[in-house]
Amino acid sequence: MRAPPELVVNGQPTPLVELEAGTRLLDVLRSLGLPGAKEGCGEGECGACAVLCARRDRQGRTRLEAVNSCLVVGPSLPGLHVWTSEALASGSELHPVQRAMCRFGGSQCGYCTPGFVISMAAEYYRPDRSPGEADPEAIGGNLCRCTGYRPIRDALGSLGAVGPNDAFIQRLAQPTPAAFAWAGPDAEGPLHRPLELDQVVELLRRYPDARLVHGATDLGVEMHHGRARPVQLISLEAVAALRVFEEDAQHLRIGAGLPLSEVEQRLGGAVPLLEQLWPLFSSRLIRGRATLGGNLATASPIGDGSLALLALDAEAELLGQQGVRRLPLSEFFVGYRETQLAATEVIVSVRIPLPLAGAARFYKVSKRNQDDISIVAAAFAVHLRQGAVAGARLAYGGVAPTPVRALAAERALIGKPWGPTAIADASAALQGEFTPLGDHRGSADYRRALAAELLQKFWYETRA
Amino acid sequence: MRFTPNDSAREHVTGAALYTEDLAHARPGVLYAWPVQSRHAHAQVVDIRSGGACEVDGFVRLLTAQDVPGENEVGTTRPDEALFPAVVRYHGQALSWVLASNERASRLAAERVEVEYEPLPAVLCPRQAAQAGDLLCEPQRIQRGSPSDALRSAPHRLQGGLELGGQEHFYLEPHGALAVQDEVGAVLVHSSTQHPTETQAIVARVLGLPNERIVCQSLRMGGAFGGKELQANAFAAVAAVGLHATGRPVCVRLERTCDMTISGKRHPFVAQFEVGFADDGKLLALEVDLLSDGGYSLDLSAPIMARALFHIDNCYFIEHLSVTGRVARTNHPSNTAFRGFGGPQAMVVIEDILDRVARTLGLDPREVRERNFYRAGDTTHYGQPVRDAERIERIWVQLLADADVEARAQAIAGHNAGSQHQKRGIAITPVKFGISFTTAFFNQAGALVLVYRDGSVQVNHGGTEMGQGLHTKIHAVATRALQVDPSAVRVMPTRTDKVPNTSATAASSGSDLNGAAVHDACAQIRGRLLPVAAELLGCPEDEVHFERGRVQGGGTELPFSELVEAAYLRRIPLFATGFYRTPGLDYDSARGRGTPFHYFAYGAAVAEVEVDTFTGQYRVCRVDILHDVGDSLSEQVDRGQIEGGFVQGMGWLTSEELCWGEQGQLLTRGPSTYKVPSAADCPPIFNVHLLERAHQPDVIYGSKAVGEPPFMLAMAVREALRAAVAAARGGGPVELGSPATPEQVYWALRGGRSAAQSSSQP
Repeated sequence: MRAPPELVVNGQPTPLVELEAGTRLLDVLRSLGLPGAKEGCGEGECGACAVLCARRDRQGRTRLEAVNSCLVVGPSLPGLHVWTSEALASGSELHPVQRAMCRFGGSQCGYCTPGFVISMAAEYYRPDRSPGEADPEAIGGNLCRCTGYRPIRDALGSLGAVGPNDAFIQRLAQPTPAAFAWAGPDAEGPLHRPLELDQVVELLRRYPDARLVHGATDLGVEMHHGRARPVQLISLEAVAALRVFEEDAQHLRIGAGLPLSEVEQRLGGAVPLLEQLWPLFSSRLIRGRATLGGNLATASPIGDGSLALLALDAEAELLGQQGVRRLPLSEFFVGYRETQLAATEVIVSVRIPLPLAGAARFYKVSKRNQDDISIVAAAFAVHLRQGAVAGARLAYGGVAPTPVRALAAERALIGKPWGPTAIADASAALQGEFTPLGDHRGSADYRRALAAELLQKFWYETRA
Repeated sequence: MRFTPNDSAREHVTGAALYTEDLAHARPGVLYAWPVQSRHAHAQVVDIRSGGACEVDGFVRLLTAQDVPGENEVGTTRPDEALFPAVVRYHGQALSWVLASNERASRLAAERVEVEYEPLPAVLCPRQAAQAGDLLCEPQRIQRGSPSDALRSAPHRLQGGLELGGQEHFYLEPHGALAVQDEVGAVLVHSSTQHPTETQAIVARVLGLPNERIVCQSLRMGGAFGGKELQANAFAAVAAVGLHATGRPVCVRLERTCDMTISGKRHPFVAQFEVGFADDGKLLALEVDLLSDGGYSLDLSAPIMARALFHIDNCYFIEHLSVTGRVARTNHPSNTAFRGFGGPQAMVVIEDILDRVARTLGLDPREVRERNFYRAGDTTHYGQPVRDAERIERIWVQLLADADVEARAQAIAGHNAGSQHQKRGIAITPVKFGISFTTAFFNQAGALVLVYRDGSVQVNHGGTEMGQGLHTKIHAVATRALQVDPSAVRVMPTRTDKVPNTSATAASSGSDLNGAAVHDACAQIRGRLLPVAAELLGCPEDEVHFERGRVQGGGTELPFSELVEAAYLRRIPLFATGFYRTPGLDYDSARGRGTPFHYFAYGAAVAEVEVDTFTGQYRVCRVDILHDVGDSLSEQVDRGQIEGGFVQGMGWLTSEELCWGEQGQLLTRGPSTYKVPSAADCPPIFNVHLLERAHQPDVIYGSKAVGEPPFMLAMAVREALRAAVAAARGGGPVELGSPATPEQVYWALRGGRSAAQSSSQP
């Protein structure tokens, strides 16, 4: 019998017995007698289960990233290096992050505290952090119901530079192996983590019921609520070809499997529309795992990434048994959570044409300003030539069964000066374009009104 | 400043702090329970069968009413909550529980349990229930003066209504319990409960045993906020029935969605009012009718409505006032205690009224509020003198100055004049909150203090720790009362075999009641040690001085531990029980007159917001708070309660919206759909100060209760939003729905949703 795959928890190799599709990192950690990570929601919203994960960045260096352990499932587990709140202190000496939380009164009931400590530790070791500043994004994925966050924010802001003798700095100096190919319990079994793209296609052919998974930030939620119970999962995390990032004069090509946090780093602000998207998309706890490929494939009508890509006029590069094909995203979504992606195809990358539109904005209306799901979101991009609209892409989420472009409103803009008349015409065209539904996020009336209001706002903010 | 860090902070940050569910981990043979939840809002349960559950690997058994050895009833006020109901009364109600060897199996098995229903008509609207006369308790009423006459003669009158949404507690630790057998076959129930004594009693009732056979321990809670004052009992009872049925330890841990769909919430309220007022905005008469949605059972709905009636005045003297309250019975989960306990709903109503009055008259709402304040010598509408009424104005004036409100209001007006689509608003609102359980007999507490021969101390008391810092404050009280080194004192987990017959840790009273009881016990022990100390030090008793682990007198000193050992050898008892009952409470609910409260807590808040008029989205830019905590027992704990209470109140009034489907099912059933404030919602400028020179006589060390009152400080955010909307609309009254989600603000900007809809018609 083969030895079971291993996970490295707080520096200790730990065998993964009984690894199934639905096995969550959180449960494994708790079963080891480590109660620090807690299940506050099981849907990646509260951060109480956050743990540190070692990730290999593109230069091969080790980085520490906080992830929701409730959303790390099955085939993602083997070979992971993770640390829980229990491992931060050195003997009786608290970690600087823990000391700061104690000093500022950052814990009351304490249930969310280990998760906050982990997110703060990830921030503490972030190479481009400015010591002494509290970046609220660093704790944006952790909910606390007791403190009101002020003491936690102050604790975060009090963190100085990392000392030279820090135990984790020494760990960070060591390499982290890349995700390796893995299949279990044997090559014919239900969980796979291949290295090559064509293996993915072959596995999809062989296991028609298998689901592709990367960060599981959507599928993991579906699994938690019992809406999806896949038995066969194919993890894309080891496929290097999905992590491409290339730029030439005509295109920007972004691998479908690059975590959003890495896309953000690589772009370095080069696509302003996406810069606006990131903080509104989700917390860092999610962005460290979520991918553009996942956002497209789940085809949620409120998938913020899909809208942004629609406005950027991107196309998807798909690989199937017949080889590679390219599909404009405007043709990709066909119905509620339905796409043109065939059962045996995988999204390889998205290609964004260059140059970018001169005026572009991403807007999101939600009950809470951050870390919420859109009531209506919009991504707008307008090319202007001598003050007139030469091209327009108005993409909306939350107004139709799919992420959608407002084609009639776009047409109403073309050729007109970028001014109130064009906007009034486009707003009138918008009225007939969508029949949004009302739900617990917002009424149909509000959604319909927002579609036009956001266009008004866009013009107002980009007018000469 | 007395800096007393949270007594569990170290365990919290290292992940070592254990919660009820964590205790199950090491138990061999432990079973996990999962609820089978109703798919109807109202139905007869015809049959429940294990069905396919038996095929799930790890399934042990299905618990039903037949497994209950005692009474199948967990209602505390009256028998209206069956543990295993034959008639389900709300969508999501737990009607039986599956036991399995792990949580995944129990969940899978619960899905496969077959239930046959005979659906019955459901009532999902409190108004409809009230119209049909379906109320959970007798209507309540308090009246002073002749409001109807005074309304008739008032120069101005205004009628209106307001609906306030409920609120999910969203304690980070969901409900949980673990029942195990102790060494002699009796039952030990670990429960995430605010009320171990009642949990003990309910478990005893369900098992058909006397209370002495049950011990309930509440180690610590991962938040509670009132949600575990009463509703923890049922889950402890399920664990105990499971233990009885199988002989194995049973852990109940509600997954978040289960918790949100099973447990009750803050009561939604509907208010109708008519107010009469003078040209200067002085309120002359007020008639208010309050209706709450109590859900399917009585729970704490009656005292919650009573507190609403007591708080309809907030800080304002209204000579002619009548307030009535009714609690509707609906097919919703049974709504329950939540920080403020009915007070917030009533206080939002009066603040809403004052703002409407001011804007109707074209006056500054701040001035109208000031004009109506209680002054020294005033009594409330139920006849209690407003002791320390001058603190309302003292806080107000100081906060206006500290927060630079005058200058900022001018700057905001300037900004608004120059900004078409970003409008700012600023508002200040006051808080007065009555402290004491309004059910008088709950205002008692016990303690058991044990001093060991080495001078170390264990403190037991009846209060529970839910994050509010009670144990930290009790630690400070015991350390100060005994004058020992803080490291010598350990506050023990709350257990019913240490202190019996306790009250819930609720009504902000935890440190007032238990602190005084602990002080009583410590004082007795000090009294017994005194003669021994005098003898050892060779000085008169009145020259003996205890200070931080040293005992001094006669020019010499000895360590506390030596004194203790000497007392032991002299056969002096080194332990004592302490007791406290709040003095002076006297309220006649039939007449609506008396003194239900020991004292009032006061505070005020200023909030500034900025609204985007395109979408109704907004952000809170700055908040300033001045709050009265008396002489603080722990400034860090008190500040934490103020800030946390404020942000939680802000959530209730802004982003936290409960939505229900047509079948009575909760639609917002997890944090992805129900939005409690996140870190980005914490005001970037958040100044909190404690009122100085605020000693509170007759309360432990001059302190004041702080758990609930700051929750209502968040009313300033709602009123600031209204000010911003008013600025956008160029004045006039503003009707703003609650919670004030961006959508509600959007409709308010457009003069109400129906107006906006009709105006959009061609």
